[in-house]
Amino acid sequence: MAHSHKALIWKVFGILSAITFVEVIFGIVKPDALYLTQFLGTSLLNILFLALTIVKAYYIVWYFMHLGEEKKGLIWSVLAPLLILIPYLAALLLIEGGYSNNSMLFPYMGW
Amino acid sequence: MEANIAEDKGKDAWGGGTAKPMGASYGKMMMWFFIVSDALTFSGFLAAYGMMRFKFIDSWPIADQVFTHFPFIHGHYPMYYVALMTFILIFSSVTMVLAVDAGKQMKQSKVTFYLFLTIIGGIIFLGSQAWEWKNFINGSYGAIQLNSGEIVHFVDKDGHQVALKDFVVADHERELHTDSKGIWFEGESDVPTYTTSEVLAGFESHHDIDLRIQKINPETKEKIIVSREEAMLILAKSKAVIEGANLRVNEYGNTLFANFFFFITGFHGFHVLSGVILNIMIFINTILGTYQRRGHYEMVEKVGLYWHFVDLVWVFVFTFFYLV
Repeated sequence: MAHSHKALIWKVFGILSAITFVEVIFGIVKPDALYLTQFLGTSLLNILFLALTIVKAYYIVWYFMHLGEEKKGLIWSVLAPLLILIPYLAALLLIEGGYSNNSMLFPYMGW
Repeated sequence: MEANIAEDKGKDAWGGGTAKPMGASYGKMMMWFFIVSDALTFSGFLAAYGMMRFKFIDSWPIADQVFTHFPFIHGHYPMYYVALMTFILIFSSVTMVLAVDAGKQMKQSKVTFYLFLTIIGGIIFLGSQAWEWKNFINGSYGAIQLNSGEIVHFVDKDGHQVALKDFVVADHERELHTDSKGIWFEGESDVPTYTTSEVLAGFESHHDIDLRIQKINPETKEKIIVSREEAMLILAKSKAVIEGANLRVNEYGNTLFANFFFFITGFHGFHVLSGVILNIMIFINTILGTYQRRGHYEMVEKVGLYWHFVDLVWVFVFTFFYLV
């Protein structure tokens, strides 16, 4: 008979809600210092949103999906493909997207 | 479900039987691998969205100007509604994990209760998404599409968008075509409430209204508002009045934005719907005592994995469509 994790579950719920709350506040206020500062090809605010989202993803996967309780082999066979392929795909597509914006591929667009 | 209670026939790890490679049962491991592949599918969609967004970075719609509705209140409320939706989905994830937790302790009535809450949460989320789609499809302000395909909006002196109905007067009669008047006539599509010349006349007679073009000023990251003289020149190239959004036109800006919005939130919504159906199935089985007799609630755990995954995807969709 497994031990109940109720307290932990509610704690994680609190953390996830708090992060969402912070994200929404930043999304509404959009402080100029973050919103207008460019960093790594996008605004600092977007980097912050991305970081907070990854933190949220970690809490969901680790504590709700209990990936942390699985054996190492399973953990890595789930995480490794995602950690390798997603950044790879995203980097390629975003670089190409930026390139096609800079290049003169669209001379027919009058603006 | 025979596979879950099959007896050990002494086969090796990958030949069937009850051996558990990597310490997980067959079903649970395969659910994980399904999630990996589904996660890659969603990454593909979101990365494609990112690519198109970077390509049209200087004209992409600004999320707070698109999603501004909240039920029962009028006015400009960006983000609140979708934040509520996120909260609902996270909460239904919590009740699901509580159900899994109760299942590990073989508490049938608690599993039933938490699964019930999870199903309710999922249904509320689906309803919310339908409402969001309804607003997006109907549109709220109306816009003009130029010959170049660019979408332009009308704003007041404070920069808030103005609906076409607030300054344009429709004074054309639309004659309904009938079957008796033409043998080739099969039907006609919806026509916007106003014509481009009526919008132009309305703009000319209201001096407090300005024109906001699709291009973004990189300094302020706001859409550029042009002078009225320039606006008249731009509006001379009007092609159509756009009300609402669909897969061909989009009053909020780039049509691609609407395409991705419908496709990605639609695909996610379809996952939520499947999740709700799976939840209802295990809910019925829990009530019937299937898992109690089986001696474990692993099925709840497996469906739970899927449900959390749906929540996980929403966290990313929320970020990329509404925040970034």
